[in-house]
Amino acid sequence: MTRLFRTGLLTLSFLWAFMAAAHAFTIQEVTSPGGIKAWLVEEKAIPLLAMNFSFRSGSAEDPAGKEGVSEFLTGMMDEGAGDVLSQEFQKRREELAFRLSFSAGNDFFEGSFQTLTRNRAASVELLRLAVTSPRFDAEPLERVRQQFLLNVREKDQDPQSIAWQAWMEQIVPGDPYARRNEGTEQTMGAISADDLRATHRRIFSRDTLQVAVVGDITAAELGPMLDEIFGKLPEKAPEAPKLPDAKAAQGPKLQVIDRDIPQSVVVFGHEGILRSDPDFIPAYVMSEILGGGGLNSSLSEEIREKRGLTYGVGFGLSPSQRIGFYAGVLQTGNKTAAEALKVAREVMAKMAEQGPTQQQLDEAKTYLTGSYALRFSSNSAIADQLLGLQQQGLGKDYVEKRNAMVEAVTLDQVKAQAKRLLHPDRLIVTVVGRPEGLK
Amino acid sequence: MTLLKRLVPVAVALVVAISPARALDIDVSSFTLANGMQVVVIPDHRAPVVTHMVWYKVGAADEPQGKAGIAHFLEHLMFKGTPKYPDGAFSRIVRANGGNENAFTSQDHTAYYQRVMKDRLPLVMELEADRMQNLVLTDETVLPERAVVQEERRERLENEPSGLLSEQLDAALFTAHPYGKPVIGWMPEVAALTRQDALDFYRQHYEPHNAILIVAGDVTPDEVKTLAERYYGPLENKRPAVERRRTTEPAPTAERRVIMRDARASTPSWQRQYLTPAARNLPAREELALSLLADIVGGGNQSRLYQKLTVEQKIAAYAGAWFSADMLDYGTLGVYAAPNTGVSVEQVEKAVDDVLADVAAKGVTQEELDRSRNSVIASSTYLLDSQDKLARVFGVALTTGQGIADVLDWEKDMATVTLEDVNKAARTAFERKASVTGILLPEAKAP
Repeated sequence: MTRLFRTGLLTLSFLWAFMAAAHAFTIQEVTSPGGIKAWLVEEKAIPLLAMNFSFRSGSAEDPAGKEGVSEFLTGMMDEGAGDVLSQEFQKRREELAFRLSFSAGNDFFEGSFQTLTRNRAASVELLRLAVTSPRFDAEPLERVRQQFLLNVREKDQDPQSIAWQAWMEQIVPGDPYARRNEGTEQTMGAISADDLRATHRRIFSRDTLQVAVVGDITAAELGPMLDEIFGKLPEKAPEAPKLPDAKAAQGPKLQVIDRDIPQSVVVFGHEGILRSDPDFIPAYVMSEILGGGGLNSSLSEEIREKRGLTYGVGFGLSPSQRIGFYAGVLQTGNKTAAEALKVAREVMAKMAEQGPTQQQLDEAKTYLTGSYALRFSSNSAIADQLLGLQQQGLGKDYVEKRNAMVEAVTLDQVKAQAKRLLHPDRLIVTVVGRPEGLK
Repeated sequence: MTLLKRLVPVAVALVVAISPARALDIDVSSFTLANGMQVVVIPDHRAPVVTHMVWYKVGAADEPQGKAGIAHFLEHLMFKGTPKYPDGAFSRIVRANGGNENAFTSQDHTAYYQRVMKDRLPLVMELEADRMQNLVLTDETVLPERAVVQEERRERLENEPSGLLSEQLDAALFTAHPYGKPVIGWMPEVAALTRQDALDFYRQHYEPHNAILIVAGDVTPDEVKTLAERYYGPLENKRPAVERRRTTEPAPTAERRVIMRDARASTPSWQRQYLTPAARNLPAREELALSLLADIVGGGNQSRLYQKLTVEQKIAAYAGAWFSADMLDYGTLGVYAAPNTGVSVEQVEKAVDDVLADVAAKGVTQEELDRSRNSVIASSTYLLDSQDKLARVFGVALTTGQGIADVLDWEKDMATVTLEDVNKAARTAFERKASVTGILLPEAKAP
């Protein structure tokens, strides 16, 4: 630790105040003539436009027995729409060079669209068709089914997927969150065009639509474009029973899933908090110090840097709509799995008991505040961020307020969150591999 | 589930192939410092952010015999400190200044980069210049990091059969050339690498005249010049430049097949790679003809392979092709297919071969060429949205014997490719003698 302390002093000479000039753009809130809202950042430097949008319904709402239908829908959205058959749609997309993809999470169904300015009108017309009237013809449906079946089989064998899936089944048994988003061979083998139509109807409605647009377009141009793309969607989604809050199982639990691989995949964690938790920011700062993304987290320092037990360890808050998780993963040789897990528990326990040092907190703050602007350095990245903020129910002024909120976090607050959120004695652990000394 | 997969971006990564999309309408400038270090500036004034990269013209293919993995291992060790900034200080300082950083190694280059607010550019330059010449290694820092690299090898390659297969394909495709050796190294050699091996490699290759500085972002060439002269200018070369001479591949004489049976494979898969010249050894028109050929044959779902195998015959879930020649010595042209349930790999292989034979015999159509060319050119505009990817395109080009003009003239050169250029490529590229075919088969689990 002496060495760390010395380098810490060196570091201090480089600390600047980061309060100013974090970003150089303005978010406009645009409401279309038809009443559709979007956040817009105008950026004329490149003749491109990026639009991300989402609906508040995802895989967790897939009906029982139809697991994976949202995922299936993502693959069918560009396979023909309106009068345009699949092959023609793909051909025009290639000619116009627009990009369109969809993804289904537990809670949200998202679309990502990018177009060149010069092809915008024609690209938007195809997007409108895809969003409002996807076709689900038999040929593309069976073709895409084969691709998703392949995906299911790959996940069946992928050690990380197996470990996460098992962990979710342990922590929220019986909840839709514990089901496989990608479906199973059985469900994906049986999904029909009618199922896809029902899912499209369930998800695509204006009442839960959120949109972020960044690029070469003005607010005046965007309004009519929003109406064109989304205006024909139904006002409201069909009535559906609201899912109850998910309930987390309590650890300790350890499950070992035997696979003949040289390295164990260790997933560990327990319940976390929702994004709406009033203490989310101090909790987030604490979790970044303990297991966050950049280098030098406490877990990475002890498990990777000092002991060489893993190539990477990450552990963080993962809030969903109906529950929060606090979980992570590390991969380590089968021989060292028990040791790596033991060290992880010790590091968590130490953080829970003592919290971080003032210096760790200061460094985390300068990193988190200083690097925030890096998340906004391309059109597509900004669109991604702005949609995420809307999904979390944060206002557009969040971008300006966020660094001050992180700045304001005190050591006492972080210690309190560590004590409140970390429970190394109650960890739920799933291991895939042949770990020695764990069973 | 996928939401929870937040793996940390660790300080090191093997290089990810950069697609051949390179072009553009940008005002790139370049100059060379007195010590031979080349500097490239790529303006992007949308946000007050810069990407600062130093690329060394050395990679895994430059390693001495028996030291497989030393280039990549050294990349990890470059974070282990200098007298001025001891172990861990580099990353802590970058982080404390709100920066993100990483590094990557390929067969032909090793690169280090930081993304920071523009006013931190002098700071990252000072740090990067310092570690170009003052690295200090001790067994205390080297040995745990070697274990980390071994875990990285297990994670990236050994835990999944597809990783192990691709390594075997390279080993089979290259008879004599070091591209046959994996960038991360074979495990027995990695396990034996030492502090001294790393220092030897470092001293031989980490010199200003062997490095390229690339700064992309909210800066002007003048600003970069002033700073580069201040921080990198004073560095002196301690050794003469090392000529990069690797073994020449003998003319290929036999088609190779690598068949891997593994209980962990979920479904069978099929692929083939053909050896090609490197981009720098091909006239631009020939290189671009190959890249358009790969796009027409297998780039996306309008391509010949997807249309034939996936849409018409319904025997493969996916089928496609790619071309990658931004390498110093050789490139590869690849084709692949994933059979549908109940379809054998022999059946998809036959179907792929029929498509390739048809293209070789009858050529592609002008309509296909125009469509492919337009779409590739149009798509290249998207590259401008990513400062990082753009900087990497230049880094890859300059460390594989190509020039800035090759990148900037790409669209112009693209326009000159004729139907006959593509058809000539089609007649010669799919030479089975110069290929390796890889087959992955699930194996029934032992009872």
